[in-house]
Amino acid sequence: MAYSNKIKELYQNQLKGIQDAGLFKQERFIHSSQDAEIEVEFPTGSAPKKVINVCANNYLGLSSHPEVIKAAHEGLDTRGYGMSSVRFICGTQDIHRELENKVSEFLGTEDTILFPSCMDANAGVFEAILTSEDIMISDRLVHASIIDGMRLCAAQHDTFKHSDMAHLEKKLQLHADKRLKVVINDGVYSMDGDTAKLDEMAALCEKYDALLFVDESHSSGFIGKTGRGTHEKCGVMGKIDIITTTFGKALGGASGGCVSGRKEIVEMCRQKARPYLFSNTIAPVVVSGVLRVLDILSQSTERRDKLEVNTEFWRKGLSEAGFVLKDGDTPIVPVMLFNAKLAQDFSKDLFDLGIYAIGFFFPVVPQGAARIRTQISAGHEMHHLEKALDAFIKVGKKYDILGKTKQEIIEMYGN
Amino acid sequence: MEDMKEVILEYVIEEYCDEENDDVTFETPLISGGIVDSFSMVSLKRFLENKYKISIPDADASPEAFDTVNKIEVLVKRFL
Ligand SMILES: Cc1ncc(COP(=O)(O)O)c(C=O)c1O
Repeated sequence: MAYSNKIKELYQNQLKGIQDAGLFKQERFIHSSQDAEIEVEFPTGSAPKKVINVCANNYLGLSSHPEVIKAAHEGLDTRGYGMSSVRFICGTQDIHRELENKVSEFLGTEDTILFPSCMDANAGVFEAILTSEDIMISDRLVHASIIDGMRLCAAQHDTFKHSDMAHLEKKLQLHADKRLKVVINDGVYSMDGDTAKLDEMAALCEKYDALLFVDESHSSGFIGKTGRGTHEKCGVMGKIDIITTTFGKALGGASGGCVSGRKEIVEMCRQKARPYLFSNTIAPVVVSGVLRVLDILSQSTERRDKLEVNTEFWRKGLSEAGFVLKDGDTPIVPVMLFNAKLAQDFSKDLFDLGIYAIGFFFPVVPQGAARIRTQISAGHEMHHLEKALDAFIKVGKKYDILGKTKQEIIEMYGN
Repeated sequence: MEDMKEVILEYVIEEYCDEENDDVTFETPLISGGIVDSFSMVSLKRFLENKYKISIPDADASPEAFDTVNKIEVLVKRFL
């Protein structure tokens, strides 16, 4: 047997190390569909409890929307369950191309190519379009999947300080001699909820002849007046060369992602991107669901408008109650607690009060920046948010952190 | 001539540190300590090459050779 005791122990020790460091991740089983209210089994083995969910990426409340479910059923009935093939052999249906065209229309881009996930889009795109003569200049806080994609690519990389445009400009000057330069960032940063300065970036890219890449996973569908994304909000639609985004968050929440942008770049991905070439694409049932999602969002801005109202209520409520928040105006609202144990205890107490929100701490966020990340949804009704706010205030009072500054909280609990 | 170590340290702090980790010394592990990620090393390499008019071959620009200000000084002096 190859799996000797020695190997087994090696892994057991590594797992114990993760456990001892307090970094062991445990899944919690949800016994319902994804929604504003879910039934969670926690701790494992206990009876499922109904709680209000404020930590899903279900920004538009479409994950279990009846029309989306109906469209998925129809897709299942008319196009079947699976394709048993990658795209370029016999895995492309008419609805795959229809979705690519609809996404291009929605994002205001020239063309789009679907990927099994946005992780795959980010993992595949750079290698497909860059060589060792090029440079990727990324914001220091970009998503892990982008970092993996850059690692897989032979181009050089450099970074700029988070959202620091003067630093980015220096880097563009430093690397002026490269064949291609690509500036890489997230549209909305998922841990802090802040928005990229895409207008300034687009101007810098024009000045220094660089391509602009943005991951819109936490923006597509609800940021900007008609929900097209950060490029709409910043007034630079049509100026982004490469957009990647996911269908696994606001846009129905099932799975799938894409690269959308300049026609030639999308075509290069179709010829060369490995996750596209060597993995099945999105299943027909999901494609049908996403098509319906895009229809819903193109017909009316009602859902993103409701999300905006909910977000305003939530940010204002927490802020007036005296919590320390990260600045911003997106539905990602981090409640800063700074200390990892406090974040975990806070989350546990919220759960007891019927609110599901998770504590984040190092290494997911920097040391001393532990928090509860809340995410608001158009699926939340006012009564959900009022109840959640009450619970936050109760627990905040219990730990005596309301009205306290960052320094005061750190003095009380450490960081 | 200004002290090379001071020059390198000043660049490292300016380029890579924020208020939370600015107590860097000549011996602080930069890369293994997570202050400089391997992606960001390229600008440090370019800075050294421009400042000291040298060329450091990629094979010599290893994360180990860049791990502390002291080690970086040794590396730069090899190519002066
Ligand atoms: C910014 C960003 N990009 C990409 C992804 C990956 O998306 P997907 O689930 O489609 O792989 C995520 C999800 O966590 C994300 O937050």
